[in-house]
Amino acid sequence: MKNWRTSCIQKDNYLRIYAALAALVLAVSLLNLCLGAEKVPPAEVLRALTGGGSGTTAFRIVRYVRLPRLCACLLAGGALAASGAIIQGVLSNALAAPSTIGVNAGAGLTVALCCAIAPTAVKLVPLAAMAGAFLGVMTVLLIARRTGASKITLVLAGVAVSSIFSAGIDAVVTFVPEALNGYSDFRIGGFSGVSMARLLPALWPALLSFVLSLSLHNEMDVLLLGREQAQSLGLPAERLRIVLLGLAAVLAGSAVSVGGLVGFVGLIVPHIMRRLVGEESGPLLVSSVLGGAALLGGCDLLGRMLFAPYEIPVGIVMALAGGPFFIWLLQRRGRLHD
Amino acid sequence: MIELQNVTVGYGGKPVLREVSMAFPPGQVTVLLGPNGCGKSTLMKTALGLLPRQGGEILYDGVDLARLTARQVARKAAYLPQSREIPSITARRMVLHGRFPYLGYPRRYRAEDYETARKALEWAGAGDLADRPVGELSGGQRQKVYLAMALAQDTETIFMDEPTTYLDVRHQLEVMAVSRRLADMGRAVVLVLHDLSLALREADRLAVLSEGTLRQLGTPEEVFGSGELDRAFGVTVRRVPTESGWLYYCREKQESKETE
Repeated sequence: MKNWRTSCIQKDNYLRIYAALAALVLAVSLLNLCLGAEKVPPAEVLRALTGGGSGTTAFRIVRYVRLPRLCACLLAGGALAASGAIIQGVLSNALAAPSTIGVNAGAGLTVALCCAIAPTAVKLVPLAAMAGAFLGVMTVLLIARRTGASKITLVLAGVAVSSIFSAGIDAVVTFVPEALNGYSDFRIGGFSGVSMARLLPALWPALLSFVLSLSLHNEMDVLLLGREQAQSLGLPAERLRIVLLGLAAVLAGSAVSVGGLVGFVGLIVPHIMRRLVGEESGPLLVSSVLGGAALLGGCDLLGRMLFAPYEIPVGIVMALAGGPFFIWLLQRRGRLHD
Repeated sequence: MIELQNVTVGYGGKPVLREVSMAFPPGQVTVLLGPNGCGKSTLMKTALGLLPRQGGEILYDGVDLARLTARQVARKAAYLPQSREIPSITARRMVLHGRFPYLGYPRRYRAEDYETARKALEWAGAGDLADRPVGELSGGQRQKVYLAMALAQDTETIFMDEPTTYLDVRHQLEVMAVSRRLADMGRAVVLVLHDLSLALREADRLAVLSEGTLRQLGTPEEVFGSGELDRAFGVTVRRVPTESGWLYYCREKQESKETE
């Protein structure tokens, strides 16, 4: 085990892992485009993607239904996983993730509010989501700091803040029932009925903040050494922490604005990737994005295929897969602390 | 050189140490001694600007610490904290981060940084650990990697807070040997130690901190002779000659010594 880890941390191994994950994303994507109620052969999918055969049923299915949904899945999965990797590193807390520390719920509340107040302003939704995500993470941070910033306090504060925000979402939906009409499965997370128009305003901020956080990977590594060590290396640790959490909030917010409150991706993908590439922030971020995209894409495919013609929202599939993993993680940590 | 002039330190509220004046001259190993809670670590952190001072002046080569940015400080003084997070990154990467204060945004390490890091690892006797994750190393190996990181930071002064605690005796001696080599290279090495005999044997200068102030600053010979250590720790320090210099040891306080 030790030797395996050690040898995996070499540089060309990173590239090999990236390549494998990218191939996985491609395979999942192709399956997503091909499979469904109407099976489209790969050759037709490629033809539709390159713009050929317009007007055929296959073209319409691929271009207007499956492709937007796939893109939304990949975007949300990648963004949530990257967000989780950043949050776990910055807070040095293995249990922190967008869904556990109130980031997703904060974004959900502002999305619900935005849809209730200005139902036609589709482009505002991602912005509202990002603001809500940032509000969520800052609230949790503030509470955790006031009550003693132990690792478990942070998670507990996240649970409390999450449930307050969730109650807020329920209240909004109670008063304005049609607020989240465009989102069939907002509360559990799902991608049916997603459109390119909703996707694009979320895509650019997510990409930008991913590139920015990747450019800060050395800073993140230094933060991992502990606050005092980081400061003595000349890093403005507190300011950087806020900046990085802000970037994580943008990533999580953009995911929520396209797919609703998908849980567990941001929690478990960074853990899996840490076992593959170690804790260095650069490789961890890159592999998390790829792994998150592949995982959510795969889960959405499962949700669509398992009980066809009925569809299970991806959030349920994710929870069924992620819940047991989380429990396993808790057990392992428990053993480490003995 | 870093100098403290009438520095008062504490965490807000009642000061822990008052009016400390001392300097950390290059080429010397200075050891801070004192009972638990006397403010050794607090003094170190304040000297590094990690804690706000409550009074006095801290000068880096004659410039007040308050007028330096964190990065400028990081190019003059390295710090090995007592407690730290152990991420699972490789030793090479870890040491490379010692070059962090020398980079601007976006931070990309240059070939010369890699070279400096490699040399530092070799120098600290950890060249064979370069590809190992730090989390998998033993305490002694880890300390070597941290020493290499401090060396790669290329600062005139190096502060280490209890670098020998939790280490077995061989690694303790190795840390002291590395400290000596750093001093011989012209660095100012400042250590917090709890082992009085190790400190008395290995240090160039000892600072005894107790009862809220700097009680004495001097060579091991002077400090031993003054009996200040006995008062500060409530023990009796004795020594016997051996073929390799004095051997110091501590005993419970003996009343007879008080009346001498």
